[in-house]
Amino acid sequence: MPVRDDAKDARDDGRYADALVVLRNVDKHFGALHVLRSIDLTVGRGEVVVVIGPSGGGKSTLCRAINRLETVDSGEILIDGRPLPAEGRELAALRADVGMVFQSFNLFAHKTVLENVTLGQVKVRKKDKRAAERRARELLDRVGVASQADKYPAQLSGGQQQRVAIARALAMEPKVMLFDEPTSALDPEMINEVLEVMQQLAREGMTMVVVTHEMGFARSAAHRVVFMADGRIVEETTPDQFFSNPRSDRAKDFLSKILHH
Amino acid sequence: MFDFLTGYDLLGAFWVTVQLTVYSAIGSLVWGTLLAAMRVSPVPLMRGFGTAYVNIVRNIPLTVIIVFTSLGLFQTLSISLGAKDFTTINFRLAVLGLITYTAAFVCEALRSGINTVPAGQVEAARAIGLSFPQVLRLIVLPQAFRSVVGPLANVLIALTKNTTVAATIGVAEAALLMREMIENEAQLILISVIFAFGFICLTLPTGLLLGWVSKKVAVRR
Repeated sequence: MPVRDDAKDARDDGRYADALVVLRNVDKHFGALHVLRSIDLTVGRGEVVVVIGPSGGGKSTLCRAINRLETVDSGEILIDGRPLPAEGRELAALRADVGMVFQSFNLFAHKTVLENVTLGQVKVRKKDKRAAERRARELLDRVGVASQADKYPAQLSGGQQQRVAIARALAMEPKVMLFDEPTSALDPEMINEVLEVMQQLAREGMTMVVVTHEMGFARSAAHRVVFMADGRIVEETTPDQFFSNPRSDRAKDFLSKILHH
Repeated sequence: MFDFLTGYDLLGAFWVTVQLTVYSAIGSLVWGTLLAAMRVSPVPLMRGFGTAYVNIVRNIPLTVIIVFTSLGLFQTLSISLGAKDFTTINFRLAVLGLITYTAAFVCEALRSGINTVPAGQVEAARAIGLSFPQVLRLIVLPQAFRSVVGPLANVLIALTKNTTVAATIGVAEAALLMREMIENEAQLILISVIFAFGFICLTLPTGLLLGWVSKKVAVRR
């Protein structure tokens, strides 16, 4: 049984009664590997949930399952009360409401930065091109890369690319943002510029699920820390509780290995 | 030395070759792109059709396909593709045959290009809510085309030379004229050299131009 604490209780009490993302009894295998083992997770509107844990523990798969970039074998996933539809128009519409930021940025390589941020607005949200460009420039300004609007992704640094990727996701006005190890592919000096943008988003009340190895970010921005290992949610609690007083041996072991440096 | 050329419409014959090439190139690019889209589509029936088409068509000699358009489509099934006179009918049949054949190679070149587009590009496109056709049209194919300009240039050069097969159903392009001249004139080597040179004049600039384009449009990652 996972160790649970205040945050979980708080949610059960109704503090996070407004559930935006719900996973119920979700299982997934990659061949013989059982990557998600009966996962139950609820993310409330406006909540920032940081998922941490050792590599190969199922964190990324969990994150990618929420917008069905990974299918699951069994269980139920609901976004804003609606179950994830099967492949097709409905799923595309749902994905537009779920922003995703990838480890490797994945900016469209043949389009300029500005086009990257306007594409979804025009093609999915059917916005007028000019309005989309205005919105894109606003967002690029907000993440601090306004001056790069006409360049191609390959001309930008990793940190800049990732901030553009965040702007691209925000341009869809998503209900929730998923971050799949957004800083893991970055040079150390670029990590902070991305984390700052994420901190700001968190302060503004964006609902976020963040898979990361950045413990500083988890401490300062998370409402709740979910610790995953071997496909299970081993512990979920407040950041304070988790870092100062982890309950499970697995979490203690993990923290002892990373916090010594 | 070139007296024997009088009375032959050399330029006219090469003009027909150019027309065959251009129409067939456009047609096979469109049809080949559709086939490639089918081969990567999530619908099993479409994938099956695309795969079967490519594997059957590219393994049949072009001569057989061209002869079939004339003997099978026109003479047996009376399909004349909206034309009245034999010259136009044969020209259109030849274009149809060339498109049918070349599209299989365009499809495969394009499919190898699709494989060079990183999976992350598709995931990001799906993640902002684009549908499968949109992902293909807006993200995958534009990047795939840019990476296969070189291979497509090869297909185009092969197509230019393959138009000579249209001579088998009487289309008055360069190879038919060459055959006629070889029969009538005693200048075998010179005639061959002239026609070889004519084809090089068509294909060499194509290759050089597309080689330049290929570098120009390459996607930087």
